[in-house]
Amino acid sequence: MINNALAVAGIVIKELYRRKDFYVLFVLTALITLLLGCVNFFNDDRIARYLKEICLLLIWISSLIIAVTTTARQIPAERENRTIFPLLAKPLTRGHLVFGKFLGCWFASGLSLVVFYFFFCVVSGAREHQWPLLIYLQALWLHWILLALVVAMVLLGSIMFAAPSSNSTICFIFIVGILLVGRHLHRIAIQLQEPIRTIVSVIYFAIPHLEFYDIREMIVHNLPPISMLACLIATVYAIGYTAFFLIATWLVFRRKSLTA
Amino acid sequence: MPDLVKIEKLRVEYRSRESQNGFKVAVDGLDLTVGSGEVFGFLGPNGAGKTTTMNVLLGFVSPSSGSASLFGVDVREPIARQRIGYLPELTYYYKFLSAEELLRFYGKIFRIPKGELEKRIDSILKLVELEHARKRLIKTYSKGMQQRAGIAQALINNPDLLILDEPTSGLDPIGRMKVREIIQRLKEEGKTVFFSSHELGEVETVCDRVAILYQGKLQVEGRVDDLVKNYKTNLEQIFLKVIGYQSSQAV
Ligand SMILES: Nc1ncnc2c1ncn2[C@@H]1O[C@H](COP(=O)(O)OP(=O)(O)OP(=O)(O)O)[C@@H](O)[C@H]1O
Ligand SMILES: [Mg+2]
Repeated sequence: MINNALAVAGIVIKELYRRKDFYVLFVLTALITLLLGCVNFFNDDRIARYLKEICLLLIWISSLIIAVTTTARQIPAERENRTIFPLLAKPLTRGHLVFGKFLGCWFASGLSLVVFYFFFCVVSGAREHQWPLLIYLQALWLHWILLALVVAMVLLGSIMFAAPSSNSTICFIFIVGILLVGRHLHRIAIQLQEPIRTIVSVIYFAIPHLEFYDIREMIVHNLPPISMLACLIATVYAIGYTAFFLIATWLVFRRKSLTA
Repeated sequence: MPDLVKIEKLRVEYRSRESQNGFKVAVDGLDLTVGSGEVFGFLGPNGAGKTTTMNVLLGFVSPSSGSASLFGVDVREPIARQRIGYLPELTYYYKFLSAEELLRFYGKIFRIPKGELEKRIDSILKLVELEHARKRLIKTYSKGMQQRAGIAQALINNPDLLILDEPTSGLDPIGRMKVREIIQRLKEEGKTVFFSSHELGEVETVCDRVAILYQGKLQVEGRVDDLVKNYKTNLEQIFLKVIGYQSSQAV
């Protein structure tokens, strides 16, 4: 299982670094980060903070775009190019394929995160002359764990929706929606009439709360690191949802006809 | 001789909007066995159901009824595929890989040890004459070269049973002869080859047995020499007769 999944993951990563569009995002973000870092606004706290906010926002947007678009493409491309046939004719099951694609996309997004955060760390460190590495590492970790959940979710979508573009769009709306309003849903629920109130509350408890993983504010305001326990709980929570999405993907994919 | 491939009363239906009853029968009550060490030619006009039958053998399509097994193992079990090599009819391999990387990837899935794998890749690429292009990305290959990469991929695990869907399509005369030689060599090594083809002359020279499928039904099955003796003509004429083709001159 692990052997096959890693072989598939290796192919995903190989494809990514041989594709040009991946570099575009990468270079773009690095460039903007550097540019922002070079502008001379010394001794102005507000501008330094503003700068960090923009950089982090860029990192979040780019990482989500990379994770969602690459994942959404994987299985549909295998089917469209018919590469899935010689692959599944080997002693490799559909479960191995799903897990391998997940690992590949997750590692690839992790790799890009490391580069993004490295840039961020250098740029902000150079301006503020302080290196709060622990909270950066926490941010990186939480961000990466969140991407596991995102990748697994998009993988499920890629089997349920026909076109990768519609899957990407739906997933983006879902993710951004949760990030923006997820934490307020229960407060909204209280103000609503009864049937809808219960529905909104159920949604609040059912959706994966991606916003837990977003500690940008704390970095911007130079707050101390969060507790390791909170990190651990967040990790377990994300693993739970990731496993749920992966198993669901496998169950749907197992029954799917490959020739339709 | 034990049966490596065994197909019993196989029926495959596809959902279809065109036909009135909502489905189309692609394979209808097919019984077929391929013995160990045989080269078996699977013939039939376009749309006869050859690819569909092979898709069942590989577990891509589930039968509506009937059953199929490889090495005595039901085709639904992934183990059934450990000792086979498969060449699909139309495939684009991962375009962003080179032939060498493609073979390495598939070799990993079969858990072939590294040193052994490199040796095997060298010899297979030599066999299909892709040595000069082994480091080039597959997207730069011509159609025939892609077909050769496909054949190479089917041989990577040194399989006992090869299932080849039109192995010579897209190849030049030399390439075809080469494939014929490869099949002959595999036979000498005691391997079993089950392949579909439209090249009847070629089938006649390499196959021990053939089956002719028409509209999903098995029309004729037997040893090539027996068929030629019984019908007193070559395979091509037998084929045309079986599918009920009247040449315009005859009419
Ligand atoms: N996915 C599918 N959905 C619906 N019908 C299909 C599907 N695949 C094949 N068919 C139909 O099943 C029949 C058999 O097709 P199949 O591909 O097995 O033929 P074949 O013998 O391989 O032909 P060829 O020599 O052209 O490759 C055809 O009538 C085809 O239209
Ligand atoms: Mg076919």
